[in-house]
This record gives sequence, C-alpha cells and structure tokens, in this order.
Amino acid sequence: MSHAKKLSRDRVAQLVAADIAPGSYVNIGLGMPTLVAKYLDPANEIVLHSENGILGIEDLTPGDPGDEDLINASKARLQLIRGASICDQSMSFAMMRGGHLNATILGAFQVSCSGDLASWATNDREAVPGIGGAMDLVAGARKVIVVMEHITRDGRPRLLSTCTFPLTGKEVVDVVYTDLAILDVVPGRGFVVRAMAEGLTREALQDATQAPLSYHEQLYFIQ
Amino acid sequence: MINKISSSLRDAVSVVHDGASVMVTGFGDSGLPRELLHALVEHGATDLTIISNNAGTGATGLAALLAAGRVRKIICSYPKSSGADVFTALYRQQQIELELVPQGTLLERMRAAGAGLGPFYTPTGYGTPIAQGKPQCVYQGKGYVQEEPLRADFALVKAYHADRWGNLTYRLAARGFGPVMCMAATCTIAQVDDILPLGLIPPDSIVTPGIFVSRVVCKDSGL
Repeated sequence: MSHAKKLSRDRVAQLVAADIAPGSYVNIGLGMPTLVAKYLDPANEIVLHSENGILGIEDLTPGDPGDEDLINASKARLQLIRGASICDQSMSFAMMRGGHLNATILGAFQVSCSGDLASWATNDREAVPGIGGAMDLVAGARKVIVVMEHITRDGRPRLLSTCTFPLTGKEVVDVVYTDLAILDVVPGRGFVVRAMAEGLTREALQDATQAPLSYHEQLYFIQ
Repeated sequence: MINKISSSLRDAVSVVHDGASVMVTGFGDSGLPRELLHALVEHGATDLTIISNNAGTGATGLAALLAAGRVRKIICSYPKSSGADVFTALYRQQQIELELVPQGTLLERMRAAGAGLGPFYTPTGYGTPIAQGKPQCVYQGKGYVQEEPLRADFALVKAYHADRWGNLTYRLAARGFGPVMCMAATCTIAQVDDILPLGLIPPDSIVTPGIFVSRVVCKDSGL
C-alpha cells in the first residue's frame, strides 16, 4: 500500500466536520478529533461541549492568554462563544449519559466490527491507564464517531473482528473515519465501507483491516 | 451566631485526621484548591485516600501531597495527564493504590451519597472490565451496571465567594466537582477568593447552599 494514498489528518477532520448537522451539540475528544473543530462552519451553530461543564467553546484568539478556570478536556485554555453556558460536572455528565448530545467524536486504539471500542488501556502493565469521560460519552451520546489511524505505526490493524485491549464500550461505535476510509458499523453486517481514499484498491483496504469488509452501494472515493 | 470562617488555611485543614478520605475539586488545574492542599501538606495528615478527577501534575497541588508521601490510595478517572510525573513514579513503584472510575460514575456515586441514595444503575462501563464483579441488569434493551454511593470524611473545594454561613459561588468552569463534592463529604472545607458580608450574595446566585459547607477560608489568609 502506497503511503501517498493516505488522507492527511486535516483532510479526515474536514470529512468528519462535513457530516455534522447544523445545530448539533457535539463533544470532541482528545487527539485527532480536536482538529475537527477547525473545520466547523460557525454559521452552522454547532455547539461544542466540554465535559467540565461548558457548552459553547472555541479556541483562544491568538495573543489571548486565556483563563485557568476555562479549559477543555485536553486541559487547554479556550474561550466561550456567544450563547455559551456553564454548569457543574454532574449536570455535564447527565448531558452525556442521558442522550442529550447529538454526537461524540473520539479517538481509539481499536474498534471491532460489532462496534466495540477500546480506547483507555493497552496490555502494557507499565502504562498508567485513564478513562476520563470516554465511557460515559459512548454510553450515552446519540452517535459515536471514531477518528483514528487505520493501522498502528508498526503496521498492525486497528479495525478488528474482536478487540484485544480492554473495552471502553460494547457495541457503541456508529462510524469510523480513518486515513484510508469511512466505515459505517452496521449491526449484523460489520464494517461497511462508505468511502475510501482515491487510488486505494479494495484489496489493499482489506489487507489493512483484520475484520471482513463489505461495501456500500453508493461507495465513493475521497480526493 | 453561625460563623464558619477559619482564620488561616492551616486552621481550616486542622481537622483532617490520619487515614481520612478526602475529596479534592479540580479538573486539571482548573478548580484545584491549591492553597488548601499546600496547607494540608504542612498540617501533616497522612495515610489519606484522595478522591479527585486527576492525580496531580507538576510539583504543586495534589502532586505536592503525593510527593510528601501522604496518600495511600487515589480514586480518580484520569491519572495520566501530561506532567503527572509524581503519580506515575509512585504507581510504577507500587507505592500508591489506584481505583480507576469512569468520570460520570465517580460524579454520580458522590451525588448518590450526598442525596441519600443507595446503589444505582448506570449504562457507563457495561460490557467493559469496569463492570466485572458488579451486579448488572438489562432494562428496556440496554445494559446497566450497579454502582455504590461514594462519600468521604472531607472535601477540599475551590469556590469563588463565600459568606460566614458557608454559602458558595464559583467562577467559570472552576465550578466542576464543587457542588457534588460539597454534598458528599461529612466536612466540606472551601477556599475562596473573598468572604462577603452575610446577605451580600444574591440568594439566587448561590450555587452551593451553606448547609453543605462546614468551613470557609480566604485563599490569601496565609498558612
């Protein structure tokens, strides 16, 4: 598989952003997902949620030092948009668990074809584990969107028949955006490829994926 | 006359005994009662169980308490933040016990304790290692895990304004864990920027009513 055919992180973020409906309330997680915010059109009034009790955030204006008491889940300082609100953490998690968020966008180590998500621990006993708000988000958000690299740095698949790392949630993922493809998780069918990088063959995509793939009738290619 | 004002930070934390369980507000550095934590290091109470979202970063705040060897166990959701070097070293040397709890479950366990509830069911963690050994059920087609209330002997809380009755307001997203921890602890100790005369905080602006607070101290009142 040629590296030239991989989609850039920014391109993936752009694709995710384009699929978020105007007026949605969305939580954006650590890592690759943070790029998505950059590609949301402010005119669409997509309201970003931060688990520490904020609805309506955006990046700081360059030169603004920000405030210690206004940070996001990555602990980066941010600013409020017009219409923003602040509540306590317990109410914030009620929003997450209670099905009030339209979508959550988060990273992952592994996703299985039944929608299992592994994102909080590996099998490395030396590594400190951390769950944070991820288990609550996937338990409650109406749509669970995963953004991840299709394979690991050393070439091993991350889209599997069964996750080998501890689960964050069972049968929770709706769609996966990778640097090779967009894959819907369809109950009973597994990974259904909705779109794939231009120039990539089905054979190459399957080689990079441990779980069996099927293809959407309206499969399209991404430039 | 009700007067919950402590004359110094050290006086405020003087009631914390060896072996106590202590909730600590904060999401990273936001909402962290740094001055109270430093007073607790000076006070010397040890063999503590700390309940907080994170496990301290850098060399101040929670990390200072950990570095002083005062913490036997920490109950938190996300101990692996960047800069969490003190915790990471203790964890690898097996000198601290870690109980990892999903953040929303941590919050709801505290809320249940403060609100007089018993065990409750949450969808968070169903089908993951977090659910192992706990009662589970399927309700209306969705899986749930039983969790128990979590109370503590003390809560160290960062708030914004207080009066001598212990009524509290919070600033921006520093509100975070404050309201729920104040309810879940037997003795809540709040540090604030200013203590205002009774009656000056508008009743409908008070976030935590003084009934949940035992001691207040101005963060600038010195050790």
